[in-house]
Amino acid sequence: MNLLLLIGAPLLTALAVLMARNKQQVKWISLGGSFLQLGLALALLLAFRQERAANNTAQMLFEQQYKLFQSLHISFHFGVDGISVAMILLTSFVVVAGVLVSWNIEKMTKEFYFLLLLLGLGAYGFFISLDLFILFFFLEISVIPKYLLIGIWGSGKKEYSANKLALMLMGGSALILVGMLGLYFAAGNSFDILTLSKATISRETQHILFPLLFVGFGVFTALFPLHTWVPDGHSSAPTAGSMFLAGISMKLGGYGCLRVATYLLPQGAKEYATIIIVLSAIAILYGAFATMMQKDLKYINAYSSVSHVGFSLLGIGMLTQTAITGALMQMVSHGVMTALFFAVIGMIYDRTHTRMVAEMGGLMKQLPFISTVFFIVGLCSLGLPGLSGFVAEMTVFVGSWENADAFHRVATMAAAMSIVVTAVYILRAIGRTVMGPNTNEAHLVLKDANWNEKLAAILLVAGILAIGIAPGWLNDLLRPAAEVIMNRITGQ
Amino acid sequence: MPNATNIALIPLLPLAGFILLGLFGRKYIKNGAGLIGTALLLGSALLALYTAYDYFFVYGKVDGVYQQFVPLKITWLAFSKEMSIDMGLVIDPISVMMLLVVTFVSLMVHIYSLGYMKGEERFPTYYAFLGLFTFSMLGLVLASNIFQLYIFWELVGVSSFLLIGFYYDKPSAVAASKKAFIVTRFADLGFLIGILVLSYFSGTFDFQTLIARLTSPESNEVKTAVASTFLGVSALSWGAALVFIGGAGKSAMFPLHIWLPDAMEGPTPVSALIHAATMVVAGVYLVARLFPVFSVTTPAVLEIIGWVGAVSAIIAAVIACTQTDIKRVLAYSTMSQIGYMMFSLGVSGYGGEAGLGYTASMFHLFTHAMFKALLFLGAGAVIHYVHSNEMKDMGGLRKQMPVTHITFLVACLAIAGVPPFAGFFSKEEILLAAYTSNTAIYWIALITSGLTAFYMFRLYFTIFWNKPQEAQGAHSASAGKEGGFVMMLPLVLLGTGAAAAGFIPFGEFVSTDGKALESHFHLSFSIAPVALGLAGILAALWMYAKASDKPARLAASLGGLYKAAYHKFYIDELYLFITKKVLFNLVGRPAAWFDRNIVDGLMNLTGNTTMQVSEGIKKFQSGKVQQYAIFFLGAVVLLAVLFIYVWR
Amino acid sequence: MMEPGLYHILFISTALFFTGVLGFLTRRNLITMLMSIELILNSVNLNFIAFNKYIWPGKMDGLFFTIFIIAIAAAEAAVAIAIIINLYRSSQSIDVTNAEDLKY
Repeated sequence: MNLLLLIGAPLLTALAVLMARNKQQVKWISLGGSFLQLGLALALLLAFRQERAANNTAQMLFEQQYKLFQSLHISFHFGVDGISVAMILLTSFVVVAGVLVSWNIEKMTKEFYFLLLLLGLGAYGFFISLDLFILFFFLEISVIPKYLLIGIWGSGKKEYSANKLALMLMGGSALILVGMLGLYFAAGNSFDILTLSKATISRETQHILFPLLFVGFGVFTALFPLHTWVPDGHSSAPTAGSMFLAGISMKLGGYGCLRVATYLLPQGAKEYATIIIVLSAIAILYGAFATMMQKDLKYINAYSSVSHVGFSLLGIGMLTQTAITGALMQMVSHGVMTALFFAVIGMIYDRTHTRMVAEMGGLMKQLPFISTVFFIVGLCSLGLPGLSGFVAEMTVFVGSWENADAFHRVATMAAAMSIVVTAVYILRAIGRTVMGPNTNEAHLVLKDANWNEKLAAILLVAGILAIGIAPGWLNDLLRPAAEVIMNRITGQ
Repeated sequence: MPNATNIALIPLLPLAGFILLGLFGRKYIKNGAGLIGTALLLGSALLALYTAYDYFFVYGKVDGVYQQFVPLKITWLAFSKEMSIDMGLVIDPISVMMLLVVTFVSLMVHIYSLGYMKGEERFPTYYAFLGLFTFSMLGLVLASNIFQLYIFWELVGVSSFLLIGFYYDKPSAVAASKKAFIVTRFADLGFLIGILVLSYFSGTFDFQTLIARLTSPESNEVKTAVASTFLGVSALSWGAALVFIGGAGKSAMFPLHIWLPDAMEGPTPVSALIHAATMVVAGVYLVARLFPVFSVTTPAVLEIIGWVGAVSAIIAAVIACTQTDIKRVLAYSTMSQIGYMMFSLGVSGYGGEAGLGYTASMFHLFTHAMFKALLFLGAGAVIHYVHSNEMKDMGGLRKQMPVTHITFLVACLAIAGVPPFAGFFSKEEILLAAYTSNTAIYWIALITSGLTAFYMFRLYFTIFWNKPQEAQGAHSASAGKEGGFVMMLPLVLLGTGAAAAGFIPFGEFVSTDGKALESHFHLSFSIAPVALGLAGILAALWMYAKASDKPARLAASLGGLYKAAYHKFYIDELYLFITKKVLFNLVGRPAAWFDRNIVDGLMNLTGNTTMQVSEGIKKFQSGKVQQYAIFFLGAVVLLAVLFIYVWR
Repeated sequence: MMEPGLYHILFISTALFFTGVLGFLTRRNLITMLMSIELILNSVNLNFIAFNKYIWPGKMDGLFFTIFIIAIAAAEAAVAIAIIINLYRSSQSIDVTNAEDLKY
């Protein structure tokens, strides 16, 4: 399969949206385009599985390379392994759902959809790039639209949040850029990930470059204590913006931490593993406790995202094959789950015009569909078996437990403790909003989900269930790729 | 050989019901939902019956020993070659016995609910949830892999949560459902870590392999596990103890029992199914499933289990004597009886005669399911009739509700251990097992059995005798009958079970090592418990048969003790203190504050400092050309001086 | 009568230069400031010529530079006066302290 399709489809859709004459056209073009992307992503999954089944054991499949800037050794180098395929699939799900839940955007519809599609484009490009420079380029493409999405279509203190988010992410990007250039010169003038992965880089260089790259990508994935853009950014963003932010762009960071920082600088990863574990264990527990005290649904999900994303960083820090697989599963699972969570919050907000937990109650009666989805996503968040969160968290736990010393054990137990705290805050949120007596008369006449919202929710729920009930396919996809990374780590 | 398809269908039929009713029930099925659910469960009960017959009488026994079969095993999630979560079916005496119990009680509850929940707005949802619960519970019972058990364990927990919170617009129901979920979740954390510990040392999640590896003292696995210690206790003991914490949470053992009484907020048939007969014995089942590990490798943990069971049994019995809500009395009674099963496992040994406690525990689990489900369903009929849970609103109902009256009496006799009802036999074996190995626990059990008889008959007399019948005229006018055929049928069937289940030669089927275990009856041994039971009944008769002020006087004379028991020994308050005050105010609030003010404050500080600095230096840009020129000249002179004299 | 040497001319050009600088820094009238700049330029011209005559008498570089500077000074004066006139049109003043709209 030609990977350029994955960049071409969103690009053409975005351009077509700019040509559209009216809002209806904009929406339908976006929807068609995003379904096309979903189809492409599924086709990619099938093609990838076929190749693997035919014993194609190359590390990257469907590779393509075009020279871009010979003197700087920059080239368009694309290729996918299991991790990329999983992430692309995640992105396409979130894009479709994001387009669907934004159906009622009235203000500057065309620009909104254009930016959404651009964000998706950035993510696709990021996940298929095998050249650090191009990877960085697509990473930046996916940052800028966020600033505008929050700044223009946001709510609350949106300017503040947009600035904060853009500045912190740009700060992260700056670190990445420095680290990337360091790698370029340390490994003999190359930006190519596959070349870099075979290069020998001295211990001292790794010692300096690893924190730059890891922290840089860590900002994107809410590495404690650089996570503070998450609550503000999410709460101010429009629904689809929050979905993209938490569902896709936080995963860009996690992917980068693994693919660039850990994979290319294994020695550095080993040396800093302790710090990563401590930080992520703190993030997991502390995020969970902080969530308990939140009153705004979006803040609840934003803080819980900090806690959940901590699991993927924990998995990376644990440096075992199973833990890394779990970390990747958590990225996919959390992406789908949190997108759905924000979608549901958006649906509730559109109807009740409040996000305050205390101002709602007994929505189950008027909004059975939305409430049921809320239940499902809440249960997924607290790690119920049969839904995706459980699979990912358990894989991380089992993988972490393979490290037999007391430090790793304590960190794992601390992280495991969060499943109780998660249950507390999720049940509080569910118990206050969809259960309990109705406290607001105005809520008695609310209408349940529209077709577009139903379609978005069903798609994402299907994603959650597909991972939760039969995790084998995701495991098969991620584990070999994680093994490659582990071999690089243990090989040194 | 076991037929994998048949066995797999047992849990899958209720699951089909859940999916069908959950997706389409609300809109398209509505009134037929109950019948669909019941029909599917009937199918699964018949299959379970067939499986049991097939196992116990056709292929199960090889050379006089019941074998364990794993007819189906599918890899669900592979971590490495050895470590994988499998979805399997395990067929051995206890799983087959549990299949029977779960499907039978669940079927009874399905039938009963046709009448009890009639006219309920979310009728299809109710049956969907029942289906989900039955599926999860059967999956738990059939689990061949410890992680599979954990998965279904959690699913059982969530279906319990959904069913307790079924009346979701009642704040007390919502609170109770949350409490049940969170308390058991806390216990499950222990279970999870326990699984990780055990599987780390055994290198597998598979029950058969795990037990085989951890029970042979010479194996490498056991040696490394015993060698590594934590706080002076071997890692394996920690693992086993943590697993037991999970079981204790689910089985409402002291001090993790606080969710069970509150769980009575759910519909009464649900209490009968989940919080009396099936889910709450999951902890017992778990201990029984891993019994060889507990017994052979970590006997110290087994002793703890025994004591936890005994303490729970007596505390619950004392509290049950003081409660006034009939469902709460039954809830504490459940907890007390599960305590019996637990300590019976705790005092049991492994193999041959020593394994009497194990057999007795499973036997009691079996009989208890019958009579406790019956008690709850009977209580449900009463509540349906008088529209109240409180004992003071009831009395003299024996004429209005004859069927309920007789079946309830049978159940009371059974639980009180009066021969020849079912409870007598199982309790007798438990006491015998305790007597032979741990005298202290034996005495506790004996006292508890007297208390059990007392509080059960307190309930019985208050509901069906006590007040004169004329007082109930108002009720009979409004309510009319005691419930239709669908509600009475389960009562009668369960009543038959409660009366006759004791005559099953249980030891022949279920024992630690699969060999038949002869049950001996010592008439002289039975005298003490039966006499105590009768004494309890008589005391209840004397106090509650007629309305009088005797109970109040007795309560007054007991003073503080009564008050403490009435308030459930203030354990709830303690928990509330810990969660509300400690967790929320001392951890959650500071964490949230810290995040907003310190961490985020630092971020904002960075931004603000940059702004401040810019504010400061922008003054240089004054727009006055001559000022610039002076700066320029000054800098030129300064640099000139520096270059000439300093950096020469 | 003594033949004026290099030092004499340099002395004059230095005096001219600092007169120009002083004028540029202290006067508020833009025209006067422009004239001060011309003084500075002329002092430079003087230096060029002097150095050319006394140190490299056979070369012409200093003279060429001087002619260039005179030409550019003329152009500069033209542009500067154009700006000053525009400023005067917009703010009725050629006081340099008033012309600070471009700050910050």
